[in-house]
Amino acid sequence: MAARRSRYLHLHMWLLFTFLYLPIVVLVVLSFNASGLPTSWGGFSLEWYRDLLSNEDLLASIKNSLIVAGYVTAISTVLGTFLAIGLQRTVRSRVLDSVLFLPAVIPDIVLAIGLLSFFNLLRFTLGIHTIVIAHVVFDMIFVAAIVRTRLGYFDRRIEEAAADLGANPVKTFLLVTLPAIMPGVVAGALVAFTLSIDEFVIAFFNSGPGSITFPIRVYSMIRFGVTPVINAVAAIVMVVSLLTMLIALRLTRPKGERSANLGVGA
Amino acid sequence: MTGVAAPARRARGRVWGPRAVLLGPGVAWWVAFFLIPVGVLIAYSFFRRGPYGGVIYEPTLKNYARAFDSLYIGVLWTSVRIASIATAVSLLLAYPAALFITRAPARWRVPLLVLVILPFWTSFLIRTYAWIVLLNPAGLINKMLIGGGVIDEPLPLLYNEFAVTLGLVYAYLPLMVLPIYASLERLGPQPSEAAADLYATPSQVLRKITIPLTLPGIVAGCIFVFVPSLGNFIVPDLLGGGQTVMIGNVIQQQFLQARDWPFGAVLAMSVIALMVVVLAVQAQVHRRTQEVEHGRAA
Amino acid sequence: MRHRFLRLVAVVSVAGLVLAACGSDDGGGSPPAASDGAAEPADISGTTLTISNWDAYMPKSVVKGFEQETGVEVEYAIHTTNEDIMGKITAANGTGFDLVFVSGPFVQALTNLGWAAEIDQSQIPNLSNLDPEATELAFDPGNTHSVPYTWGTTGICYRDDLVGDAPTSWEAFRTPSPQTDGKMTMLGTDRWLLQPALLSLGYSINTTDPAQIEEAKAWTMSAKENLLAFDDTTFYSKLVSGEASLVQAWDGWCEYGRAEDPKNIDFVIPDEGSDLWTDTMVVLEASENKAAAYAFIDYILRPEIGKSIVEFTLYKMPNAGVMAAVDPAIIADFPTLAITPTELFEQEAQTDLGEDGTILWTETATEIKA
Repeated sequence: MAARRSRYLHLHMWLLFTFLYLPIVVLVVLSFNASGLPTSWGGFSLEWYRDLLSNEDLLASIKNSLIVAGYVTAISTVLGTFLAIGLQRTVRSRVLDSVLFLPAVIPDIVLAIGLLSFFNLLRFTLGIHTIVIAHVVFDMIFVAAIVRTRLGYFDRRIEEAAADLGANPVKTFLLVTLPAIMPGVVAGALVAFTLSIDEFVIAFFNSGPGSITFPIRVYSMIRFGVTPVINAVAAIVMVVSLLTMLIALRLTRPKGERSANLGVGA
Repeated sequence: MTGVAAPARRARGRVWGPRAVLLGPGVAWWVAFFLIPVGVLIAYSFFRRGPYGGVIYEPTLKNYARAFDSLYIGVLWTSVRIASIATAVSLLLAYPAALFITRAPARWRVPLLVLVILPFWTSFLIRTYAWIVLLNPAGLINKMLIGGGVIDEPLPLLYNEFAVTLGLVYAYLPLMVLPIYASLERLGPQPSEAAADLYATPSQVLRKITIPLTLPGIVAGCIFVFVPSLGNFIVPDLLGGGQTVMIGNVIQQQFLQARDWPFGAVLAMSVIALMVVVLAVQAQVHRRTQEVEHGRAA
Repeated sequence: MRHRFLRLVAVVSVAGLVLAACGSDDGGGSPPAASDGAAEPADISGTTLTISNWDAYMPKSVVKGFEQETGVEVEYAIHTTNEDIMGKITAANGTGFDLVFVSGPFVQALTNLGWAAEIDQSQIPNLSNLDPEATELAFDPGNTHSVPYTWGTTGICYRDDLVGDAPTSWEAFRTPSPQTDGKMTMLGTDRWLLQPALLSLGYSINTTDPAQIEEAKAWTMSAKENLLAFDDTTFYSKLVSGEASLVQAWDGWCEYGRAEDPKNIDFVIPDEGSDLWTDTMVVLEASENKAAAYAFIDYILRPEIGKSIVEFTLYKMPNAGVMAAVDPAIIADFPTLAITPTELFEQEAQTDLGEDGTILWTETATEIKA
């Protein structure tokens, strides 16, 4: 009985992985297809990768996305880490937690138009800075969540010992707390980076003339027709995000720890 | 909980300063760029649209009255329906997967989990685009089915509600697996082993023990899939062929095409209202299960 | 592939421009800003000009050429639709751009909002190159707030080899043949969505009469049953791949399809007539660099520059000098380029619908698509 069920679960797992990875594998394979058509194989080719490298608009958008993600990662890592430590030292309250975490739950479109209305009211010019502001709002929450799980493993008595030995709060933080939670901070930063690089809806509404980000560019490419260059872009994005994710994962897990928290856990 | 924290707080009363320093910047950012913008949106929903767009600061309830037009109720209903189906399908796919992973040998669990989650960390737009390539009438799946002699005419797989639902499931499935896995793992094998000792059949164990006790994980997963599906406008836009309109599309349309921000804000309120309802249900479930667990522990 | 042709055109026109630039540089000597010809008024060298245009609606070489000649740095943004750029301008209260490309009705909207600058025609000497018809367009007679960029009409683009009888009427969408049933697309943006219905019913394409709109809605709803999708941007590639056999299309975009499949793809203006649409260049009132914006418009209106635009976009320009300069071989390959201003002027021009009209149209479009 149990064996049969386990066989069923096995099959289910295989089907699930097929569902999850078929589209990705297809895109990656197509990115090397000389014919560029999804339906016929025209031989191996790197043509679309070359096209990608000469596509100035695309490269400019990648540059913009990297700039945005750079700022976003820096700001939200600092704010999120502080937030996590601060929350750890405050009254634990589920209500407070859920309210603070709202920006991570609320549908993007609501946050996007809310920020747009707000920037409009204050006569902010839209650009890189408005996208950064918007991304930090939800990214710092993710960082806070991740750092917090790491803080869970941290014994606060060490901090107290440091204080007893005469270290001031700043010193204690820099020399004791921060090194202990560093893996969590780095993982949080990586997640923040990944989320910002891929964010479309909020950037779409809050970008200005010179701040077309990579997802906005990709959206426009998709809207304007299925071009093989997208496949090459897809393949690269897959590989890069795969690597970032694996690194993030290694860092959140203290050695020998069994649960993996990926920043979206309940 | 508070009972535990209170003495600790008293003991560290002197660190109020650092705590303000720690929480201050984050909370300030949160207030300035989340709370206030949402507030602005709420305020806009009570004002009048200016000619050719913009907002005229004259209070009115007309926008809300208009939202009750059968058209928008219909769109909202469609969105709730599609998001619900996507959630249900994700649950059916995710629960067995989570079960499988929990029962796998310890060293396999994390790699399996990572494999489930990885696609989620790659570009959302590109993953959605992949389905255009796969599903379109001249696409891979139809070509394979025709080539294999299964069908003569291409199946209408793309540009309909089916494609939109599929796209949403694909986009958010990992968000369902994670919390279910977390709650299954927390549960551990003991309760089901105990039940089996009492001669419960595996399916009884699943129905009467495992599923009820992992309900918080299920509910959390459902929220993670339902809420973003509800407000999504990209998937209907790209996979719906302009023939499936969800509330996100209408909100986007009000802000861009019609330039009727106040009305767009009202529609956003409907999304927020639905989200609040869903979160309230979650809080309720969470409380109940905690009571059950406390009972168990005692 | 789709872009191969465009790429070829782009390469050719870049090469042409580089040669032209070299020629004039060699002749003129040193600074690129000091171009000969018409009086160059204000010194705009070193300034920045922010433009927003549809994606792939102007060859890169044109912008590069302008930058080289004037020393102006062009910040070139793209928008997907008129609505997209209107949303951006609204969000920024009329600021953020110096020059935007929008369709006719949106010129009226921008003007009514006070965001479109009144054009100082003395700064655009090449305005005289415009066809006389292009100076009396219904949405902006006398070109006081806009300068036409391209113009054209909307028709049915179809696959000869797949449809059987060639379509002649907008009714094709309501009474499909077995070959076209479920293999048609219609444009999804509000202004074009109702057009087949309105033209078929004999109403104005600018109507705001609720009863007429209601009828047009019913017409379009019944057509929707037979459609593959509403599609504004990829209908021509659907024709090429055979996903679709008959689509509502702008003339130039049908040519994109023809570029890939010259044997089988054709375009027709249905018997009930169609629209005259015009895409224009509008200088924003808030622009702090109007001089450069005018210089850019003037540059676009030059025959040799317009020629490279037409050959790249396959859209007509309302500029006889430009159209005369276009390579006859290209016109032969893409016959909609041969549609004359007179023929275009027989179609009804799109104008703005006003506040209530816009709401009614948007709501109707949502009802149709939902």
